[in-house]
Amino acid sequence: MELLITFVNGLSLGGIYAMIALGYTMVYGIAKMLNFAHGDVIMVGGYMILLFLPINPIVAIIAAIIFCTVVGIVIEKVAYKPLRGASPLAVLITAIGVSYLLQSVAQIAFGSASRFVVIANLGTLKIGSLAIGYSTIITLICSMIVMIGLNLFVKFSKTGRAMIAVSEDKGAAQLMGINVNNIIMITFAIGSALAALASLFFLLKAPSITPTFGALPGIKAFTAAVIGGIGSIPGAMVGGLLLGVIECFAQSVPAIAPYTDAIEFSILIIILLVKPTGLLGKKRREKV
Amino acid sequence: MSEFVLETKNLGISFGGLKAVNDVNLQIKQGEIYGLIGPNGAGKTTVFNILTGVYQPTEGTFYLNGRELRKLPQEKINHAGIARTFQNIRLFNNMTVRRNVMVGLHNRPEFKCTMLESMLRLPRHFKCEREMKKKAVEILEIFGLADERNTLACNLPYGKQRKLEIARALATEPKLLLLDEPAAGMNPHETEDLRQTVKLLREKYDITILLIEHDLKFVSGICDRITVLNFGTVIASGNTKDALSDPEVVRAYIGK
Repeated sequence: MELLITFVNGLSLGGIYAMIALGYTMVYGIAKMLNFAHGDVIMVGGYMILLFLPINPIVAIIAAIIFCTVVGIVIEKVAYKPLRGASPLAVLITAIGVSYLLQSVAQIAFGSASRFVVIANLGTLKIGSLAIGYSTIITLICSMIVMIGLNLFVKFSKTGRAMIAVSEDKGAAQLMGINVNNIIMITFAIGSALAALASLFFLLKAPSITPTFGALPGIKAFTAAVIGGIGSIPGAMVGGLLLGVIECFAQSVPAIAPYTDAIEFSILIIILLVKPTGLLGKKRREKV
Repeated sequence: MSEFVLETKNLGISFGGLKAVNDVNLQIKQGEIYGLIGPNGAGKTTVFNILTGVYQPTEGTFYLNGRELRKLPQEKINHAGIARTFQNIRLFNNMTVRRNVMVGLHNRPEFKCTMLESMLRLPRHFKCEREMKKKAVEILEIFGLADERNTLACNLPYGKQRKLEIARALATEPKLLLLDEPAAGMNPHETEDLRQTVKLLREKYDITILLIEHDLKFVSGICDRITVLNFGTVIASGNTKDALSDPEVVRAYIGK
């Protein structure tokens, strides 16, 4: 039964990773770039929640989602759009620059000390001798809903179809009348909104925030996206869940708990050695 | 309204010092099937790329029904009414046949449904999807592809892939359809089939067609008028039969 609890905790954490990984993978699939500032959008979301929490938790969450969406769009328009067609390296460096910019602005605005953000105290669900946090359950359910919803949206809607078309052949899609710039903007908007949700769930787990709050989750989610096969939406989900479960199991064993991060990144290396395209990444298949 | 569907004026483009296309004047009338031919490297596809906004012309300009389209981005040119197919097929390979056509339908005004409606899965989303699917199948029926609607585009045989490209372009509701070597690599049976389809497009859908083709038999069998390019310049223009027998054209194709 202990194992079951660990597994549920892992799925819950994995759900958060998956939500962030979706942002990486969608942007990669459609704009063909790695948005390394994506992790820091989580941090922006966290501070927005901190800022609006005195008003009302619901307002804070909505404000965070809206603000992150806008931040995502602005980053794309200001930093990445002028570089469309530039070398991938230039875009990558810019993304790293944006990441530092966001962290520094947060540091100026909120200081570098860790701040507490207690959104709600949800308590724990007790079944016999087992205890599982309600926040874990809520996170798990919400992330599943988000993933299923996103999958449906991408597969069976006009905008989603246009997104897949752009990821398959940008030029041909444009000549079929699809506004590629719009589609890229929408992708960034969706990714950033998911990042805001992720910040909410992280804060429910551990209610404190610093300007580098998004860095490690960002890297982990990126790892998840690559494990699943970057560019693949189902891949990001599988990769995220897998990584979350591995992390929770590693942490539950005292002997290896200190090496959790090392284990996770080693798994990335092993998977890349065995299957360089990631678990679900096939060459040009189901890319978004 | 201009008397011509497509009119180009002194259209030209240079890449560095190379004049790839120079001083091309086309005047294509409503309902015409117009051929653009010439030896390899004559600049035919470059003309298509200019007309669809992939390249910006360095000289001259072009009009669709009297509206200047130069400098418009590619998607706007498509919205204005020019659609194309590609010399080397560029379908969305991992989508089904029907979804390929549905991408073409993306901007049709009758299928209005915002992203928010799709996200919240409001009734209009389902209605829009249903109607788009229906319309896509209607278009596929013209090309005899309706039975393969759920096949992945990459699994279609070559001739059908070419047809699907035309279907996808047609879905954007063009006034002018540019076909880049539609008969390339087809066997005589498929070519004949294509000829019928192209004629049908003109008769039933009132679409004007500009096509690039190497198969001169196909060209003389279908085109009302042609323009012959060689090294980026027009060497002959006019009725298909006359232009093809022009001594300069014969020389360009066969050599002295």
